[in-house]
Amino acid sequence: MIKLLANLDRRWIFLAMALCVAVPILVIGLTGKTIPETPTPLAEAFFNEVDTAGESKGRRGHVLLAFDYDPASAGELSPMAISLVHQCAQRGLRMYFMSLWPVGPQMIEESITKVINRHYPKLVYGEDYVNLGFKAGNEQVIKVMGIDLTTEFRTDTKGTPLRQIPMMAGITSLEDFDLIAEISAGYPGTKEWVLYSATQYNIPMVSGMTGVQAPLMYPYYPGQLKGLLGAIKGAAEYESIVNVWVREQDFAEALISGGMDEAKAQVTAAKLMDKPAQVSTWTESAEAADLDPKTKAELIAIATAPIPGEFLEGQRRMGPQLFAHLLMLLLIILGNVVFFAQRRRGGQS
Amino acid sequence: MQVLTRSIPLLITGLAGLVMILSAFFPYTSDWGKIAGNFFNIIAAFAFVLGGGNLLKIHLKKVSDQSEGWGYSGVILICFITTLVVGLGKLGAYPNPDFPNVRLSGETQTSGAFWWAYEFVFKPLTATMFSLLAFYVASAAFRAFRAKNFEAILLLVTAFIILLGRTFAGVLVTGFISPDGPLGGLRLEELSVYVMQVFNTAGNRAIMIGIALGIASTSLKILLGIDRSFLGSGD
Repeated sequence: MIKLLANLDRRWIFLAMALCVAVPILVIGLTGKTIPETPTPLAEAFFNEVDTAGESKGRRGHVLLAFDYDPASAGELSPMAISLVHQCAQRGLRMYFMSLWPVGPQMIEESITKVINRHYPKLVYGEDYVNLGFKAGNEQVIKVMGIDLTTEFRTDTKGTPLRQIPMMAGITSLEDFDLIAEISAGYPGTKEWVLYSATQYNIPMVSGMTGVQAPLMYPYYPGQLKGLLGAIKGAAEYESIVNVWVREQDFAEALISGGMDEAKAQVTAAKLMDKPAQVSTWTESAEAADLDPKTKAELIAIATAPIPGEFLEGQRRMGPQLFAHLLMLLLIILGNVVFFAQRRRGGQS
Repeated sequence: MQVLTRSIPLLITGLAGLVMILSAFFPYTSDWGKIAGNFFNIIAAFAFVLGGGNLLKIHLKKVSDQSEGWGYSGVILICFITTLVVGLGKLGAYPNPDFPNVRLSGETQTSGAFWWAYEFVFKPLTATMFSLLAFYVASAAFRAFRAKNFEAILLLVTAFIILLGRTFAGVLVTGFISPDGPLGGLRLEELSVYVMQVFNTAGNRAIMIGIALGIASTSLKILLGIDRSFLGSGD
């Protein structure tokens, strides 16, 4: 057995890894079931920072969304970028998209299509969100944006001069943003934004990043980075927070439009969100006696409506990750069994 | 020639560096930093052209000499030129609705041959390359991750905590520990955050401070003209 393991062809390992990734993808794809996520304080801090953007200035938050990644790392980063846009759109924040990576604009376009175009079609380009596109120059772009943003970006990606875009009024430099939300796959990325914008101009910043980059960025949390999402695990945690919050908001809106006062609606929505499967029973209870049948039906519809697939990508990808990690652990154990067995026999490792 | 190859580049470097330092510390000089930044961006744009020219030169030579692997160079050249032509020519891109009669007014992010090449060639290829890592990491874990000494054992234990704590397996293994109880910190998902936030942060901060001091001293040597290796003269 030890001899067999010692001479194990690495193609068997490749096959095992392929199965560990492919089978969960297929099972999750067919059943629609995802693995539950318990958010860590880092993901909660990320969510809260986006949630409160602009509150200190008493205005609708202006969020600079820098998508500095490419398709190679989109598997890890796309779900968090989509959830970020989802939260910003639901919260009614003004979104300013840009990228320091040449293929970043495609990443931006993907998020806009999947979130805004499909689920928030009422948002108006130029009033609620704008795409400033890619700018070459790495950290130097950030430095110049800190002094004068219009020097770097004279038009948006459609060629419209910034002065003709309503939401650009009053935006002259990085200091005019309430929050910088960065999704980063390397250089230029989180580190450059921390060094040349968040620290220098004292702008709140949150960042999502690849698993390789995350350990290097932890020293910036919670000082320079107010929230941090590491790899697909961070994306899945954040996604679950956003999904719960959006549904809770939908419950609250339905209750308010049904005549309930706002404070009571928020409390009731949180209660319904705790046990969405029991919303139907709740609508029959005495607590819901004042609600009209239309509101009750709306509440049941919200509770039973499936979450759109694009808002579950992070949680879906945790399935393959779970089995791939378990395989890695098994391989480490087997490798060490071989190592110690050979050492005991006096063989070379 | 010494003036052109050494004195002027040294002067430009020193001046640009000084301006950037001043603009970071004195708000009055921030506009100087902006001007230097604009110069940098213009040079960065030229660097794209230089990079493209250099790529063409190297691979054309390889094809012309028919040196080892010249076929790959041929593939690079074909891909490079095709991408350049369809991108600059905006082949197949829908015209901009505001300027329907203006040639090249369309955008290539959502339509045209450039978009097609990105969506169906570049995107799957780069994603595949990155995904291959999973297979090599698994193979390396089996062959190289051995508990040979105390440091290696520490590394193994950390790997176990992180690998389990970053998935639902952590919850399954230590889910019986109450998160609010005195032993709540021993849950694997909590331990993995602890390892990242305490041990990892401490180590990384030390490295970062060291690097920052190194960068500051190297930058000063370059700005003062003591280190001239960037001129390529071998000084």
